[in-house]
Amino acid sequence: MKDIRQITVTVNDQVRDLVVETRRTLADMLRHDLGYTGTHLGCEHGVCGACTVLLDGLPVRSCLIFGVQADGRTVATVEGLADGTDPDAQLSDLQRAFSDQHALQCGFCTPGFLMLAEGYLSGGRPADAGEVTEAEIRDVVAANLCRCTGYQGIVEAILATARSRLDPAGRERGDGERGDAGLGGSEQGTGR
Amino acid sequence: MKPAPFRYHLAGTVPEAVSMLAELGEDAKILAGGQSLVPMMTLRLARPSDLVDITRISGLSYLRAGLDGLRIGALTTHRMVETTRDPAVLAGFGVLARAARWIGHYPIRARGTFGGSIAHADATSEWCLLAVLLDAQVVLAGPGATPRERTVPAAEFFCGLFTTAAEPAEMITEIWFPRPSRSAALAEFAPRQGDFAVVAAAASVDIDSRERGAACRSVRVVVGGVGSVPFVVDTGAVAGLPASASTWREVGELAASQIDPPEYADGDAAYRRRLTATLVARALDEASRQ
Repeated sequence: MKDIRQITVTVNDQVRDLVVETRRTLADMLRHDLGYTGTHLGCEHGVCGACTVLLDGLPVRSCLIFGVQADGRTVATVEGLADGTDPDAQLSDLQRAFSDQHALQCGFCTPGFLMLAEGYLSGGRPADAGEVTEAEIRDVVAANLCRCTGYQGIVEAILATARSRLDPAGRERGDGERGDAGLGGSEQGTGR
Repeated sequence: MKPAPFRYHLAGTVPEAVSMLAELGEDAKILAGGQSLVPMMTLRLARPSDLVDITRISGLSYLRAGLDGLRIGALTTHRMVETTRDPAVLAGFGVLARAARWIGHYPIRARGTFGGSIAHADATSEWCLLAVLLDAQVVLAGPGATPRERTVPAAEFFCGLFTTAAEPAEMITEIWFPRPSRSAALAEFAPRQGDFAVVAAAASVDIDSRERGAACRSVRVVVGGVGSVPFVVDTGAVAGLPASASTWREVGELAASQIDPPEYADGDAAYRRRLTATLVARALDEASRQ
């Protein structure tokens, strides 16, 4: 006998009503019931981080949460990062940095890394943490598995984004010349 | 894999949660952060008949330091402990904030809960070791017309492999650390950062003075990963020895001689003994510098 519930969840600013079986994970609910297939599933038991989404702003492994638990809450998936309304600025600063720094190869893990980094930079990082460091970002990305890149590009992309967000002058410069700002961030980031 | 079917129940209050548990029987489980239970369910290592979701119960997420020690609400996340800036917490219980970084990864720490970790009772769990080291009390709520509450010392709470003294219808509401311990530390080793520790050691020291070569009044050591529950090392002979690296090494060897570690794929008994000696010495050294 199926245990089902009717729930309301806000995904990427859209309010969605649906009926879910209670054993449905949030990851499967997003993919199969709501069509957000940008959320990828690797291990399905919380090890790989590919399914990371934001639940009320915090990064979570959506394979370790049941869909029914998202009732009344807000979820952000990778589909919500890009600003689809402006054709010249379709990717977010973080996504641009991933592209600039070659932070992906096959791309399977990328949505998870983007949401992990977005969650950390937009609320998970303590306000008094000071200047962002490479060690700090390496500690954060250790949560997710990437079998292609060796992480260097991922770390540099997140560092560049963190630095441009923390330094408003840098962000203004970045608006005009995103590519250059990204490369500048990379030299700073590796400290080499 | 996908979890086996279960019935889902959302509890709004502690009395509601424990009365649901009493009604549903012993195959029901509490769902808190779910960072251990849900993987076990997807691997079909656990097949609870019912889940009682307590994540929306308000008022169970706090770190309160006062004259009677530190009280941590069951739904307090590991990340809240890791990032606390409360000087009263850090003064006497800084070891908890320092040790939190060993727990899983950042998203796991942002979701996983203190009470859930204690209830899960993994013998390598950082919180379980520190609860035993610091004489914590586990506060449990039980069902009944007049809500029942009892406290169990952490040393008695963990009774076997993933087994605790909590009754099936009881729920952890708080972990109470009655006494501060400034000079305490936790050291552990895992082949991959964020993974379960092969061996973990928690230690505290009480030293006569801060001077070089001062004598130890007492030393406490608890080791995880060497048995089904946190192992308390008998350190009786250490009192009076100088607080020095050679004493810490000696206690490490003492700990290694007292344990009877299991053979698992991630390390045989001899390896765990060497790790224990090293990690106990490391934890004591760090504790003595706090």
